[in-house]
Amino acid sequence: MARAKPKLSALQRTALYDLHLERGARMAPFAGFEMPIQYTSIKREHNAVRETAGLFDVSHMGQIHFAGPRAVATLERLLSCPVATLAPGRVRYGLLCNEAGGVVDDVTVYRVEEERWFLCVNAANIEKDWRWCARHSEAGVELLDRSAQTALLALQGPGAEAALAKHLEAELDDLQRFRFISTRFKGLELLVSRTGYTGADGFELYCAPDAAAPLWRALEAEGALPCGLGARDTLRIEAALPLYGQELDEQRTPLEAGLERFVKLEAGGFIGVDALREQAARGPAQRLAGFELRTRGVARAGYAIARDGQALGVVSSGAPSPTLGKSIGLGYVPPALTAPGAHFDVLVRGRPLGARVVRTPFVRSPARRASRNRRGRV
Amino acid sequence: MAEYEIPDTLRFSEQDEWARVEGERVVIGVTDYAQQQLGDIVFVELPEVGAELQMGDPFGVIESVKAVSDLFAPVTGTVLEINEALAEQPEAINEDCYGAGFLLTLQPADPQQTEHLLDAAAYRAHIQKRA
Repeated sequence: MARAKPKLSALQRTALYDLHLERGARMAPFAGFEMPIQYTSIKREHNAVRETAGLFDVSHMGQIHFAGPRAVATLERLLSCPVATLAPGRVRYGLLCNEAGGVVDDVTVYRVEEERWFLCVNAANIEKDWRWCARHSEAGVELLDRSAQTALLALQGPGAEAALAKHLEAELDDLQRFRFISTRFKGLELLVSRTGYTGADGFELYCAPDAAAPLWRALEAEGALPCGLGARDTLRIEAALPLYGQELDEQRTPLEAGLERFVKLEAGGFIGVDALREQAARGPAQRLAGFELRTRGVARAGYAIARDGQALGVVSSGAPSPTLGKSIGLGYVPPALTAPGAHFDVLVRGRPLGARVVRTPFVRSPARRASRNRRGRV
Repeated sequence: MAEYEIPDTLRFSEQDEWARVEGERVVIGVTDYAQQQLGDIVFVELPEVGAELQMGDPFGVIESVKAVSDLFAPVTGTVLEINEALAEQPEAINEDCYGAGFLLTLQPADPQQTEHLLDAAAYRAHIQKRA
């Protein structure tokens, strides 16, 4: 147990720092920020997102804005996903790859207007992404790092729409997944994006830092439970969503990570596409598989995966799944072992624990009910 | 600052285990501070009955959703009994760390050794120093 506390003084704080302390959050360093890991219990917070609604401060994430007529060509070159076909008001997941096809970062790209865009990037990669984007931007593209001027809340769970709708000027039942609108909430300006990192229905809410606390309090009053990064991690693992630094890094490609549906292999001229085409033709040596442990224990990042005593892979993420009541994980293994039903061992403190490959996501969110709008509204 | 239950009747190690003398045996568990720091406990790995524990040495592992931690023996002795219920209900440590969530009982090598552990006031000071 006894473990020295890491020094917190050099860390950045979000606009909601004091509010987290008021709520008794356990704070810890994450990607250079002092962030809430949990308020009461990871399980309880996790279950709130699966059953009702949970509220996260993810203001540590970065936003890099692009503007100008050449922004679209720059983004087509930077991103693995199609960009020019994205209509204003829509958001898409994609990867920034290096020339070898390794992942510089995984991001979401928002087309705000015809010639205005932004990327939402991982907190740990803001500076690196900024340099990467600046280096590969065409002349005349305006680049702006708005990370410090942007707060981001995630409201996630089947109750998210009802909690948000009450004070919102816009209607939400028209807002499909991966679309966003600019609107007001109790007079506060915000961008409402129907996206998230939990596998549940929900929203990501971008606003000015001084709007974050009033927004947070209003959503809490509507019943959303404050949730920390601990629950965010168990939720994204259940949804089999990759985390940069664990499933993804500059040595891993999107094809190894099972993200080929976000890669324009045929048409694209983005950075890294040649290496990825070559890898696709040859087949990657390892691929990401989802597994569950057949006995008690927890498979954690970095544990070896073996079969017949021979090491052949590594766990990238693992957690006890509060929803399923068993231990689940993601790991890199030879492609032959990624089929559901395949078996291998996870070495937990040197002891082999049996694991079985299963389909991912481990937990599927129930389909959102059809929009009321369909019944005809003027 | 969070509130921690630190019973006056127990002795404590700096590694956040508690010890309670019951006749010739010593009952061992993790403290309220430890279980709060760990959060939701999901797995406990304990030694076999008959294992010899050495004061200060790791004897098992406790896992929460987020973290793995070693368990360190507060005193030297032989394991008489382990809390079998923790295999199915490790959350008992979160719910009742000084009762149903105990870890094991020991036959101490030296019955006086427990006396040298921290008392409640000293353990409280130890926690505050780390905060």
